[in-house]
Amino acid sequence: MNIPDYFAFFDLPRKLVIDTALLEKLFYSKSRQLHPDRFAGKPQAEQDAALEQSSLLNDAWRTLKDPIGRTEYLLSLEGMQLEDQSRNATDAARAAGKEKQQIVPPELLEEVFELNMQLEEMKMAREAGADDPELKQQLLAARNNFESQMAGLQTELESLWQKWDAAIDANDNAAQNTIKQKLADLLNKRSYIRNLVRDVNSALE
Amino acid sequence: MAEERIVGIDLGTTNSLVAYMDGGVPVVIPGEDGDRLVPSVVAVGSDGITVGNAARKTLITSPESAVYSAKRLMGRGIEDVQDELKLFPFQLAADLKPGEVLRLSLGGREFTPPEISALVLQQLKKNAERFFMGSAVTKAVITVPAYFNDAQRQATRDAGRIAGLEVLRLVNEPTAAALAYGLDRNKDGVIAVYDFGGGTFDVSILKLHEGIFEVIATNGDTHLGGDDIDNLMIAIALHDIRGDMGMDVAANGEAVQGIRKAVIDAKIALSSQEAAQLDVALPAEFGGKRYLREITRQQFEQLAGPVIERTVVPCKQALKDAGLTAAQIDEVVLVGGSTRIPRVRALVDELFDLTARGKKPHTELNPDEVVALGAAVQAHILAGGSKATEDMLLLDVTPLSLGIEALGGVVAQIINRNSTIPASATEHFTTGVDGQTNVAIHVVQGERELAKDCRSLARFDLKGIPPMTAGIPRIEVKFLIDANGILHVSAREQRSGKQAEIEVKPTYGLTDEQVEAMILSSFDNAEADLAARQLIEARNEAENILTLVEKARTNPAWQQLTAEEIAIIDNKVTALEAVIKETDYSAIREGIDGLDQATRRYAELSMDSAVSSAIKGETMTSAGNKLGEGPTAPHPIAKAEMIS
Repeated sequence: MNIPDYFAFFDLPRKLVIDTALLEKLFYSKSRQLHPDRFAGKPQAEQDAALEQSSLLNDAWRTLKDPIGRTEYLLSLEGMQLEDQSRNATDAARAAGKEKQQIVPPELLEEVFELNMQLEEMKMAREAGADDPELKQQLLAARNNFESQMAGLQTELESLWQKWDAAIDANDNAAQNTIKQKLADLLNKRSYIRNLVRDVNSALE
Repeated sequence: MAEERIVGIDLGTTNSLVAYMDGGVPVVIPGEDGDRLVPSVVAVGSDGITVGNAARKTLITSPESAVYSAKRLMGRGIEDVQDELKLFPFQLAADLKPGEVLRLSLGGREFTPPEISALVLQQLKKNAERFFMGSAVTKAVITVPAYFNDAQRQATRDAGRIAGLEVLRLVNEPTAAALAYGLDRNKDGVIAVYDFGGGTFDVSILKLHEGIFEVIATNGDTHLGGDDIDNLMIAIALHDIRGDMGMDVAANGEAVQGIRKAVIDAKIALSSQEAAQLDVALPAEFGGKRYLREITRQQFEQLAGPVIERTVVPCKQALKDAGLTAAQIDEVVLVGGSTRIPRVRALVDELFDLTARGKKPHTELNPDEVVALGAAVQAHILAGGSKATEDMLLLDVTPLSLGIEALGGVVAQIINRNSTIPASATEHFTTGVDGQTNVAIHVVQGERELAKDCRSLARFDLKGIPPMTAGIPRIEVKFLIDANGILHVSAREQRSGKQAEIEVKPTYGLTDEQVEAMILSSFDNAEADLAARQLIEARNEAENILTLVEKARTNPAWQQLTAEEIAIIDNKVTALEAVIKETDYSAIREGIDGLDQATRRYAELSMDSAVSSAIKGETMTSAGNKLGEGPTAPHPIAKAEMIS
């Protein structure tokens, strides 16, 4: 698979802590050079090239300005397979004719099991037209729990970003590989918890 | 004349304008009648096609041969214009099928919405060419509502091509307005453009930075505008007339258009006055009665309030998508005629917390003209620019997320809304069955989770995949949204390196061949076109008179004709029936005149015996047939006074 290298496009090292003000400045100056508006009177071939280049620029800007998007992108650029958006997982699910299932992070198994029971009870209570304040409280507590886990993950991610950048500076391949794996696990867990929060929210609506 | 000028065009629901850059200043080009606004009304009559003010007169006198607000139909299919059909006198072709491009029946001919728009564009083109002393205008920037989807954008671009214009860029209306304002105020900051027009509502939030106009978020409703307020007022007038006079005038196109004109005048007056009069002379067949009533601003606001309130949700969503609060918006720009309504201004003030922050919305540029002025600025930038525009660059976004229908009818989003355009995404597909050589892909636009709730853009067939074991082919499909907000798709089978063929079936669009054919029929074959139109009109006229004569046979006046006179009439009927299917225009014309002569005494007799209604009833128009009643009671306006 050939993924365009957005970091190289901006002449940036493959680092995860990016000065977004600098990135924006680069984006604006490249937009001035590459935007199709600058090529309206030019031959078709030049217009086509501008369209290609400016879409690449905008894709790169959109991906890199968001820290999570940037991390996911870096991992796929490095050949990692993220469970959440891995092309292979999607293709495999499509070929098998079923919807893609996310794997439960092992440390969450117990909590997820309990939450699913509560969600099921909530659904049944709702179908029966009953209001169960205790259940509601449990779900609210679960949401708080998951939200604080999200905040914890964010702190962990930020520290990993810095470690990654240090490993890039030190050209330390072994460290990079370890960090990549940790980042992938964190992102999977993060996306899993985000989905749980969404499920709880829709159950509470 | 030196270099060709590129014009900027605002193709509006109610009015359209053309503008150009005169030195460093954008200027609206007036029409021959001196008017800067060309009403987006097209009339097809026996003396040809008229556009603008001339057509607006036809709208009153002969509503079935004129059409307005056709922009509401652009890029849409019969299944999604049902609401429109209840409220607007659109006459659709009888044989329309779901999934087809709409066709309107107008003066005996059929037109697709892009063709109607093309006629408006052609008028603007003519106005510009006249203004430039006859030098040709063939290139334009045309504005579209920011919230227009792919199909609506394509339909607009097709309209340009049909009108003989190369559309260099489609620019979003609120963004164009920001450009017009940005020309003389080189200030950085965040602005919101609130664009409430005749048929559409848009809100865009932009970041201005050293001449770069970067749209951060946009939202809107392509079916929300001043028209909706007019329709409520019309519905109430019809309700009054039915209730108080026992007369149902809803099916009478002339009456409805008269009421429509009166409510629009009243609506405009109520922006500067506390009360306005509605005074409509009903057509003669309603006994010369008048509909008279007073509307106060308070009553108007109560009525229009719910329509105006519908702009709140898009504004809040745009702020949320931009990650901003109202307090972070430095300036607000008002665009579109509906922003003259005091209630709208109050809402904007409240939404963006303006007065409390010591701010006022920008209305320095005429809200009817500012979009066209901005289009002229963008046209100038595309032409290479000058000192006035050298630093200016517009970075716009796609208003709606682009997705693909995945298993279970769920949408997999591939380009999110508010992504800067041009934007692209690459997806990979494979086969599910051994030896499969085709893969069908359904592309949708919208924010809903299920494909059926989103807008279907196109169904693609990836063809010519080399036969392989299921799951082995790897087809890479690239989706690219260009700077006009229009989608392009290309595909490649990666394992064989073979370019897969793509067959695009635009869901509500015209094919290139259809557009080509329309260009030919409106230009190269202008003469043949005229002849064909004359023939169609003559046939219609012949059919009308034959029907009338058949009906007349049961009329008391018929009994007063002599046997000889009846024989002559029968003779002429046979003669006309013989030529009606032929393509000889003059023979049909002759047949009509002959029958007309033969029935002259009958016509006199029927007039004398005051039973003219048989004839009159037949020729009477029925443009209002499809006009629904819309919401009626309860409404806040007091009972009308009736004057007979």
